[in-house]
Amino acid sequence: MSDRIREKLNILADAAKYDVSCSSSGGTRKNDNKGVGNSHTSGICHTYTEDGRCVSLLKILLTNHCIYDCLFCVSRKSNDVKRAAFTVDEVVELTMNFYRRNYIEGLFLSSGIFKNADFTMERLLLVCKKLRLEQRYNGYIHLKMIPGASDELIKEAGLYADRMSINLEMPTEAGLKLLAPEKSHADVIKPLGFVQQNIVQFAEDKKLIKHVPKFVPAGQSTQMVIGATPESDKDIMYTANAFYKNFALKRVYYSGYVPISNDSRMPILGTQPPLLRENRLYQTDWLMRFYGFKVQELLNDANPNLDVDIDPKLSWAIRNMQHFPVDINKADYRMILRIPGIGVMSAQKIVQARKFGKLRIDQLKKIGVSYNRAKHFITCADSPYQLKDYQGTQIKAFIMAESQSKYLKTDSNQMILF
Amino acid sequence: MTYIFDGSLPGLLTAVFEWFERKPGKVTLKSIEIFQPEAFAECFTVTTNSEKADRVWAGLQKKLKKDWLRKFYCSYLSEIPEAFNHLFQFTTYIFQNEKGAESNYGNEHVIALAKYAKSVEREKHRMEAFIRFQHTADGIFYTGIDPDFNVLPLISNHFKNRYADQQWIIYDLKRKYGLHYNLNTVEEITISFTEGVNKQKPAAVLMDAKEELYAVLWKDYFKSANIVARKNTKLHVQHVPRRYWKYLTEKL
Ligand code: SF4
Repeated sequence: MSDRIREKLNILADAAKYDVSCSSSGGTRKNDNKGVGNSHTSGICHTYTEDGRCVSLLKILLTNHCIYDCLFCVSRKSNDVKRAAFTVDEVVELTMNFYRRNYIEGLFLSSGIFKNADFTMERLLLVCKKLRLEQRYNGYIHLKMIPGASDELIKEAGLYADRMSINLEMPTEAGLKLLAPEKSHADVIKPLGFVQQNIVQFAEDKKLIKHVPKFVPAGQSTQMVIGATPESDKDIMYTANAFYKNFALKRVYYSGYVPISNDSRMPILGTQPPLLRENRLYQTDWLMRFYGFKVQELLNDANPNLDVDIDPKLSWAIRNMQHFPVDINKADYRMILRIPGIGVMSAQKIVQARKFGKLRIDQLKKIGVSYNRAKHFITCADSPYQLKDYQGTQIKAFIMAESQSKYLKTDSNQMILF
Repeated sequence: MTYIFDGSLPGLLTAVFEWFERKPGKVTLKSIEIFQPEAFAECFTVTTNSEKADRVWAGLQKKLKKDWLRKFYCSYLSEIPEAFNHLFQFTTYIFQNEKGAESNYGNEHVIALAKYAKSVEREKHRMEAFIRFQHTADGIFYTGIDPDFNVLPLISNHFKNRYADQQWIIYDLKRKYGLHYNLNTVEEITISFTEGVNKQKPAAVLMDAKEELYAVLWKDYFKSANIVARKNTKLHVQHVPRRYWKYLTEKL
């Protein structure tokens, strides 16, 4: 018995890992029925894989049998891989036993499509219901929506899941059509829109009625595969931006394509996944969500691709030297956030601390400003007299000389961004 | 002048009270544990007094919002000798200034507390993440830890809320005390271990029959979730520093 379950877990975890989302954040569920589990607002990473990605959820497929043949996917029908399927109870047991030992924050359940969309979705729903109703489990559940599943099933699932997602897969419709002719972005837009409407509706009801059940409290997310098809960074981020806006998504994930097929339409096996590019896209995503940048400022027709040498914030600053130097002791918060070398926390501290007196360099350093980077863009109480007006390109050269190794080698979607 | 206190939180607060009573000018606070008499330095031994301590704490509660009271407490739990002095200086600074003085990040004690609190919170967060319970034959979920800072008081609620329907014990092997949740309340306990027992990971015979299976399944899962083509050991170690590996079932 234990050998069989081990084999299934190996196959179905392996097939699920290309979905990079691991977040367990945004949940609001409390353990108020004296059962087990709750959500931690910011999520908890319980461990990290050897590739440095956070592991917070038991991420598995219910089965990797699939009737479709999407070229970018390991589970595609034509791929010669071992197949397996969990029973509903096996998934429930695994989740409960991992959760009770503090291995995980919850379950991320997805599936290949067997028989048809509704048949598959029904089983995913059953897992959620058993966990919530029979096990009194209040931990996190991230549920994948199966494209083509009926509205009723999706709506019911929303009552038990914390987050729901469905992947765009390729950043543009053209890219998707190339690799998965049977699929289209419309299949993704429809359920995202449907769930979004319901989230809004439940929130409205909540204003009037006291006890409204939770509906997808941690919101929705999606994922795009990067580098399998020839889209520019601009294409990718404009799509991401539109989906953030139109569906109030909590996250868009960018997954550097790991070659898994010999098809001539895709990068050949053995090609390195584009990790640095992926990192730059995440940085851009952060700048849009937390730093008040518009996507058009970071990517446009003149700059359709992100700079590989330097992060997008520095890159923007260098292209826009007319805004600098910024006076730390006077500038408004929004502008301080835009200074390379200053993160959200430092920016907030600066704005508070300067009420007590003009800030000096040593204080900025203690506050956590990365001064070697910021110094090219700021003035403060004791800024040394500068031979003014360096060109952006010169500054880039200075900064790169100091930090090259660091910036070219890190890649992660959990980066600290300056 | 040096003030010496017994290392307790009420002791530290009493020291602040005494300073305001006596106004002796510049003072450094040290705990008795690390105090080494210097030839010419004057010193004063603080006698912990809970009434005085309570008055100082009540005063702080009026001056500081919750987040800063928490930073204060966390800094204390760091048990770092210099932190005690920074806490002392910070408190006198807060009392001598208008409300809101804690947001002066140009002040060295403010910054120091913010830093200590950050490290302690990080350790707390790591413990919440890296603790791995083992299900014992008596039905209790057990783990032994040795955190850098005294974080048990900080993690208690998290585990109590989350694992409300299972008994658990988290034991601090370094500080020789632990928490036991008995399905109702969390109690402080001390354990006398049998000679030779592995306190971190007790032997399999003491465990529930299924314990080994789930540990193996978790290890398998950890391996399967890795994408070899993306291997990045540097990043991995940055997130999970080596000293925590001993906690992690998947790393054993
Ligand atoms: S439908 Fe999903 S599981 Fe099936 S081949 Fe396409 S991407 Fe893979």
